[in-house]
This record gives sequence, C-alpha cells and structure tokens, in this order.
Amino acid sequence: MRFRKPKNALEGHGRTAPGVSDIVEDSAIPCVKCKKTLAADELENEKFVCPYCRHHYKMNARMRIHMIADTGTFNEFDKDMAPRNILDFPEYDEKLETARLQSSESDSVICGECVVGGIKVAVFAMESSFMMGSMGSVAGEKITRTFEHALKENIPVIGYALSGGARMQEGMVSLMQMAKTSGAVKRHSDAGNLYICILTDPTTGGVTASFAMEADIILAEPNALIGFAGPRVIEQTIRKKLPSGFQRSEFQLEHGFIDQIVYRKRQKAYLTQLLQMHTHKN
Amino acid sequence: MTAYERVTAARDKKRSTSLDFINGIFDDFLEMHGDRRFADDKAIITGIAYLNNIPVTVIGIEKGHSIRERSMRNFGSSHPEGYRKALRQMKLAEKFNRPVICFVDTSGAYCGIGAEERGQGQAIAENLMEMSTLKTPIISIIIGEGGSGGALGLAVANEVWMLENATYSVISPEGCASILWKDSAKAPEAAECLKLTAQDLLELKIIDKIIAEGDLLIDGLRSQLVTSLEMYSKMKTEELTDHRYNRFREIGN
Ligand SMILES: [Zn+2]
Repeated sequence: MRFRKPKNALEGHGRTAPGVSDIVEDSAIPCVKCKKTLAADELENEKFVCPYCRHHYKMNARMRIHMIADTGTFNEFDKDMAPRNILDFPEYDEKLETARLQSSESDSVICGECVVGGIKVAVFAMESSFMMGSMGSVAGEKITRTFEHALKENIPVIGYALSGGARMQEGMVSLMQMAKTSGAVKRHSDAGNLYICILTDPTTGGVTASFAMEADIILAEPNALIGFAGPRVIEQTIRKKLPSGFQRSEFQLEHGFIDQIVYRKRQKAYLTQLLQMHTHKN
Repeated sequence: MTAYERVTAARDKKRSTSLDFINGIFDDFLEMHGDRRFADDKAIITGIAYLNNIPVTVIGIEKGHSIRERSMRNFGSSHPEGYRKALRQMKLAEKFNRPVICFVDTSGAYCGIGAEERGQGQAIAENLMEMSTLKTPIISIIIGEGGSGGALGLAVANEVWMLENATYSVISPEGCASILWKDSAKAPEAAECLKLTAQDLLELKIIDKIIAEGDLLIDGLRSQLVTSLEMYSKMKTEELTDHRYNRFREIGN
C-alpha cells in the first residue's frame, strides 16, 4: 500500500491519507513528497511528519488532542452526540454509516477539556475521515457548547480546524451553525478569554467563514489549504489555472490572515508559551 | 410552484432588486460608500434613510437590472470589501442608535483570486461575529437568492424574513446536483432535497416570516418593518442581543 494523494484535497473520498492501520499493514513506504523511504513506526513517532522533508501528513483529531494535552488530562464532552437525517436527504444515512466506520467517531468534531502545559483549556479538533470534517448540526452544537463551557469556566479555547465546509446534507441547518458558533466565540471573547485556532489541511468554506477565522491568534500547519472557496470552484469561475501555492498557509501568512506557521512537533511548546503569556498576572 | 420554479423566479432578471426596495420603502436615502480599507464594492449598497421619519441604516446586495449595471454590480456577488463596508455601516448604526435593515440577494460571495487574497472567509466570519452582539435591532430580508455564506454575512439578525418566491440555500441546486449525482442538470431534484423555499425554512424555524409578493409588497413590507422595529426598539440592549443569540442558538441543538 502506498500513500495516496487526491489531485485536490477537497475532492478526496473517504480516506485521503494514510491512517494508522495502513501503516501497520505495511512496514516501509515512500514519502509522497521527497520519495525517501519511511518506516511505518517512524512516521507515527514523528507525529506523521516526514523526518526528511517535513511534509505534514494527515493526523486524526483524537491524536491531535493527545499530542497537546498533558498526559491523562483529556475529558471528552458529548462523545456520542450523533447526527440525524433531519431533511431526509438522499444517501445521507449511508454516508453517515460509512463515515462512522471510517473514523470510529460519531461526527466530525471532538470536543472537551484538557490541560496544556499545566493550564486548563477547552479544546476541539475536527476529523477529516468523517465526511471531510464537514459542519452540520452536531459539529455546530458541540463547538458552541465548548465555547459556552469555556466562557462559564473562564478558560481559553484551543481548536484544530479542518473542514470541507458546511454539510450540504443538512441544508440550511448547517449554514446556521456558522452564525451559532460565531455568536458563542464572540461571547467567550467579550469576556476577555483567549481563543487560539490552528488551521490544518484543508480548512475551507463555512468553517473558514466562521470560527476558524475568528480566533485571537490564528496558526497554521505548513502548506495547509486555507480558503473560503475551494480551488476547483475558483478555477471554474475565473476559467484560469490558479498559481501554485495559492491559498496555502504560506500565502495566507503573506496576505496577513494568519499569525504564524507552526510545525506540528513544535505546537505543544508553542501553545504552552502562548497560554502562559496570557495567564501571566502582573 | 416547485422548489426549482422558485429558484428560477428568485433569479429572474426582472425581479425587484435591493435598490427597488430601498427606493420604495424608505425616504431620503443617502448612499455611503467604501470600506476605508481597500475599495467601494458596488455589489453591496449601504446608506442612511428614513423609515416613517425614523433614521435607519440600510444595506442591500444589489444585482442590477440592465446588462451594464449587472456587470458593474458584479451580478450581486460581493468581494470581502463589500462585507467590510456593510460592517462599517453597522458599527455606525450601533453608535448612533439606528436600526439596521439588510436586503439579501446574491448567488453567493464572489469566488476569485482577489476575493481570496483579501480574505473572503475572514470578512464574512467577522460580520457573523460582530452582528451577533450589535447593540441595535437588525432585520434581514431575503428578497431573491440567499446564496450560502455570502447571504448569511448580512443575515445574523433578530428576525429573518423571506419573500414568498425567494430561496435561501447552503449550496446552489446545480452545485448540489453535481456533487450528488455528477449531473448539474438534476438541479430541480436537488432543489427539492435542499429545503430552500420560504415555506420549508419557516417550518425548520430558519426564518421568522414569509412576505407575500404582489402589488402590496412594498407597502406591506414598510408597515411590517415599522411595527417590528417599534417592538425591538423598546428592548433593553442585553435583551436585544440575547434575543439574537438565542434565535440562532436554538437551530440544530
Ligand atoms: Zn518526505
């Protein structure tokens, strides 16, 4: 088995990057970017970053939280909240079933509370293998509750964004989650609380146009696709090919929309320092 | 009418645009231009007018009628500066205690290189966040097409109304059909699935009121705006912003 990369990250169906199970099956694989041979356990030890070219592979949401949480501190909220086919939308039930099997999660976001570098935070992370991290009513509700909880506790929120956008199969109920989450972010912010969001590959559509872009500090992993419209839609609209690097993290940094690009292996230390700087009492 | 017939009606080039409503409903409209950061986006019109002798802030996504005007308005698809211009006017409305009335009619926020370079997603996100706590009443009316995030960027309101043949959708029926069935010609079927008509959205509690179309449309809208704004103007600031928060908080919980 080889690493498989779709032509466009948003067009991928199901699993678009190696999961842990792929790697267990196969002991040595060439890096999609630099082609150097990677041992399976090596990649996992390296937090799914190629040790030679630093290409960042997909990492599942649960691993991301465990990567930044102090050992044993993660307490998950609403783990079993599952979506219903509210609009009786065609093929949605089947898609949900496939997504559950692929991801072992009940929807596209994992939320909870944990301690990062000794500081208690509320946390969320979005899962690509659950319908491309799309936001429907469950994701919107869980993220809203996370900010409401953090507001009540007066603690920061750290979020890992990843999404193909609002979930079409829940129609306008999905679109309204953008307004709902944004309202919760604003109330948390107005009370003087910190929100840090890390944008991962890809962060697009309704998630970009809501809570992902509303953080006090916006970080990104290298080379992540970050934008409102997906590149394919833009190419269709303007009938031109997009320049390479368009909408990638480095482009967003250059255009002033993110604060910093932070390599995965540095993220915990970086977040810890930021949290400490915001809890310092003069 | 089928859902797709309403989609067609909502897109009809002869349909009244925001400017028609602004000129019909309000008196002495003064247009205000520019986002003070980059440009004046002609797809969004903003300004101050009287509603029954009360000054109000009016914002509308404008598609235009003639070919020349439609092109000048970018067919009602705003760039980030349109959302930023609207937000600037909303902040002034808050400062001077004016209610805000938004007219929404767009196939969506513009998808292009400049729009992405200048942060289309960030501009819409900021509007959603700021509108959620704006300390003045907001009423948004979907008059034609309510195209996804580009429409929502002006529709975080205390009440969202829809004209009876307007549509409001997370994705265009064509886009939905090409994702679902790899065939955009199946847009009529997709339109049914998306529940994008005023009647569907009233039942789902996404909108608050359906406005009947016809000869009395303008007069009817004016009197309903007057009545509603009288009610919201009596609310205390916190009550008003809580009302808006809870309106969206209850969707999909
Ligand atoms: Zn490599």
